[in-house]
Amino acid sequence: MYDIKALYEAESVADAIRLLQEHPEAQIIAGGSDVLVQVREGKRAGAELVSIYGIDAMRGVTYDEEGAIRIGSLTSFSHIAADPIIREKIPVLGEAVSLVGGPQIRNIGTIGGNTCNGVTSADSASTLFAWDAIVELTGPDGIRKVPIQEFYIKAGKVDLRPAELQTAIIIPKKAYEGYFGNYIKYAMREAMDIATLGCSVNVCLTEDKTGIRDARIAYGVAGPVPMRVPTAEAAAKGQPVCRETVETFAKSVLEDIHPRDSWRAAKAFREHIAVEMAKRALTKSIELAGGEIRE
Amino acid sequence: MSKQYKQIHCVINGKEREAMVDVRASLTDLLRNDFRLTSVKKGCEVGECGACNVLINGECFNSCIYLAVWADGKEILTLEGLEGPNGEISDIQQAFIDEAAVQCGFCTPGAIMSAVEILNEGRELSDEEIRIRMSGHLCRCTGYENIFRAVKKTMRKRLGLDG
Repeated sequence: MYDIKALYEAESVADAIRLLQEHPEAQIIAGGSDVLVQVREGKRAGAELVSIYGIDAMRGVTYDEEGAIRIGSLTSFSHIAADPIIREKIPVLGEAVSLVGGPQIRNIGTIGGNTCNGVTSADSASTLFAWDAIVELTGPDGIRKVPIQEFYIKAGKVDLRPAELQTAIIIPKKAYEGYFGNYIKYAMREAMDIATLGCSVNVCLTEDKTGIRDARIAYGVAGPVPMRVPTAEAAAKGQPVCRETVETFAKSVLEDIHPRDSWRAAKAFREHIAVEMAKRALTKSIELAGGEIRE
Repeated sequence: MSKQYKQIHCVINGKEREAMVDVRASLTDLLRNDFRLTSVKKGCEVGECGACNVLINGECFNSCIYLAVWADGKEILTLEGLEGPNGEISDIQQAFIDEAAVQCGFCTPGAIMSAVEILNEGRELSDEEIRIRMSGHLCRCTGYENIFRAVKKTMRKRLGLDG
């Protein structure tokens, strides 16, 4: 038995908002692979929970009327990875979430839960940062949309207001069209592990594939929350597709990232692999975009 | 603490079931305590070891971190559900025996249920895909190679790939 004070099951988004208003102390539980473990550990023992797991309307991947990709917040990692829209337009997101935990965790874990718990190591987060994702939040005053970079406030804290829940993650059309990306997770094991460092890169090349029109890069575990690396992005933008551009891009990530020493890895080690991961992920992204890196 | 219960209806191993569930219970608690399905093991109880793995609507879940109330309206399959009409074991269970994929046996029911999810897809998976799909199970006897062989052998046999 879990040490749960009370459980309220929401049947719809409106129902969830009402339950959260009626029980202001209650915490939201989606798939529960973090929340239930934290109840077991004692961190959330005795909690009142509002379960949103049964709200099927919050599942699935669709296009909205503007061609943006809308991922319902309760969509599981395995369903994201298998989704035809994701496979066609942002395969890197499917690849990234296929590195979360193990198969059973990917069946229960949701992309909304992965981003709402505010941890820097979330495998979906760095890729969502790198693709300019927008977070859709629904609360008593209606819907608001927040860029994912602003959604993360500090470690473990996201911009969720009272009685509000995350209902979708949106990738705008201009953020994905023409872009190709790669995610690298560095961890001690190939399954059931948390990233020592995660790096997600994507590029949009010029029509003749010899220049970089735009490059975006984001890390997980390079700071208290996932982060973009503007210095490296500026260093690659408008540059020719060549070895020197890749090297300059990779080295300049050190201007912006600030990983820490932890029991998982030393700061110096994280900085070292950050450069190498940026290099490899950009190289792979360029290849996927049909470019060739000249010496 | 006041007790809170919910009446649920679900299908467990092909049979319609009803239960009055304590909202604090995990699906592992429900299956073991209410239905005596003791193939569902309590291992780590935090979703890491895979010993409590069952199929819910055809997908694998660690039942220890799945609330019992969520089972309402779902179809659940445990190892006991693989038993044939005359008590015979299934091909994947036989393969685990033949390949010596069972040592202490504690991880076995969970591992077999992941194998069932794979086999139900009815397609040939690469060696790497099988390893990835079986990666949510800890076998502290370290019998991973034998487990891998049992799954691969059964997959090939069902697809008629071994002549």
